[in-house]
Amino acid sequence: MSTESLNPTAEPSRWTKIWNSNMGYSFRKNPVAVVSMIIFLMIAVAAFFAPLIAPYDPYDPASIDIMNSEYPPFWVDGSLPDFSLGTDDQGRDLWSTILYGTRLSLLIGVCAVALQAFLGISIGLIAGYVGGRLDSLLMRLADIQLSFSTLMVAIIFLAVTQAMFGSETFNQYAVFFLIAVIGVAEWPQYARTVRATVLAEKKKEYVDSARVLGFGPGRIMVRHILPNSLSPIFVISTVQVANAIISEASLSFLGLGMPPSQPSLGSLISSGFDYIFSGSWWITVIPGVILVVLVLVINLLGDWMRDVLNPKLYKG
Amino acid sequence: MSLLSVRDLTVKFAMRENTVTALNGISFDVAKGERLGIVGESGAGKSITGFALMNLLSRPGFIDSGQIMFEGEDVVGMNDKQLRGMRGNRMAMIFQDPMVTLNPVLTIGQQMIETLMAHRKLSREEARQIAIVKLREVYIPSPEDRLDQYPHELSGGMRQRIIIAIALLLDPQLIIADEPTTALDVTIQADIMELLLELCQSNQVGLILITHDLGVVSQMTERTLVMYAGRIIESGRTREIINDPQHPYTQGLINALPQQTLPGQRLKQIPGNMPSLTNIPPGCPFNPRCEYATDLCRSRIPEISHFGEVEVACHEVQRLQSNDARQEAKA
Repeated sequence: MSTESLNPTAEPSRWTKIWNSNMGYSFRKNPVAVVSMIIFLMIAVAAFFAPLIAPYDPYDPASIDIMNSEYPPFWVDGSLPDFSLGTDDQGRDLWSTILYGTRLSLLIGVCAVALQAFLGISIGLIAGYVGGRLDSLLMRLADIQLSFSTLMVAIIFLAVTQAMFGSETFNQYAVFFLIAVIGVAEWPQYARTVRATVLAEKKKEYVDSARVLGFGPGRIMVRHILPNSLSPIFVISTVQVANAIISEASLSFLGLGMPPSQPSLGSLISSGFDYIFSGSWWITVIPGVILVVLVLVINLLGDWMRDVLNPKLYKG
Repeated sequence: MSLLSVRDLTVKFAMRENTVTALNGISFDVAKGERLGIVGESGAGKSITGFALMNLLSRPGFIDSGQIMFEGEDVVGMNDKQLRGMRGNRMAMIFQDPMVTLNPVLTIGQQMIETLMAHRKLSREEARQIAIVKLREVYIPSPEDRLDQYPHELSGGMRQRIIIAIALLLDPQLIIADEPTTALDVTIQADIMELLLELCQSNQVGLILITHDLGVVSQMTERTLVMYAGRIIESGRTREIINDPQHPYTQGLINALPQQTLPGQRLKQIPGNMPSLTNIPPGCPFNPRCEYATDLCRSRIPEISHFGEVEVACHEVQRLQSNDARQEAKA
């Protein structure tokens, strides 16, 4: 009796498999996760397609008229119908600027986390698998890195680079500097988590059997241990993306991040802050709300994922 | 020339201040295609022997001295690259619990193909074909479908068959099976053992079967080593050891088998426990549990003496034999 006769239907597609898996099921049963995912996707899609959606190009000085500055959003008296969410202090359409800004914030958040993950996972894997002196050395490095707060490291680094390259060059490459500094400052989070999982995984027999089959340490680490350590990595990745977005916003707010000509959410909040007492609250508040919502939904998704992937709550 | 020749292998574990000796100068040979059983209680050093043969002891264990000649090369002196070339390829190992020895996140096919491609220059498709052939050899039905399944989709017996197939993938000369059926239930155990025996015989593969089950040893192996506290205390042809054990410990093991007892009677246990490695008594390590122990046993470690084809490490063997003879005469 073959399996074909038991399964007359065609092989289910990958998407159906995910949908019917445990994770898909718990996702459907969790309204918070569903709502968070919808909001996150909306923000992400809007940000990704910003050039198509936005009515104006905030990076194009020709489309900006300083005479349009500080118009309120549409529900406040004195608004212009051209600018649905009002304009900022330079006369840019706030809606377009927020779209572009969110895109930058997300880009920096995701890339910085990718860098963190790359550094942290490699270091954590090696430390956990090799063990001994190398482990102690790498983990003490992580401890040292953690004893500096991310913001402090970032402020020093960005201030120095700004002074070194001049603000012209700095502004041009601000995205890369931000990704680098946030990425490097937070790798120990990954390294510690990965190391802890590797220590648990490497005692399992499948690792012994991989060694018995003559696989080298690199292959065992990447191909055998890493795939078994992915769930905590997923969980911290979501939290870290949220953290990275906040870090970027804080740095931009402090004037060390994205320049006002290419504002991220943080620099937009910062630029509006000067005008908050003169009545133009929307320049700060609207991007602020977007930032809070974005970070919140990412964290909620992370929470949900932690619950699903926690082996103590669910044993697969 | 024998396939594997172990001489005076000593394995130690580094503890905080001193070292303990887990294997104490053991020597044995395995000929090509020969099946050897290693029996003993938990902690006798059986599994350590298996790992040492692969040179796979992890800290704090290490090979202190001795020689492991495998196909004319000394495993102890091999570098990592040579070891990787040998492991899985010429010497394979089967572990106790099939539920945990397969990587849970890789499909059966991925694990088999990867193993093949790590040792041989093959295309993915060729490797897949070999994997299918090997799965068929271990009587896995519809092997093409199994290749795309994950370990959790298969039963324990099926997984152990797959593990055997993986061990046989590269046509090794020697398979070390460390209690391969302990985690399986009895009927499947018999199937797996039969399969292993059949494959070893048809492919002329040497087998080292590590187990505490004397019944399995008697069916599967040609020669047997009995280990106690890191030493070989008796070795010889399996049939002779099972039918006419010389060492009091082996006798105790055989007498403790349920078949030796009438229904309703208590099993004949060997009193006491095996000494811990940190606290091995002076003299013969078995002396505190041995009913024939003399002062000599308590002070001097017995040499190996030959009785026909059986080698025994016991001071009192001769006296025991004459006792036996007397008892038989009486009867």
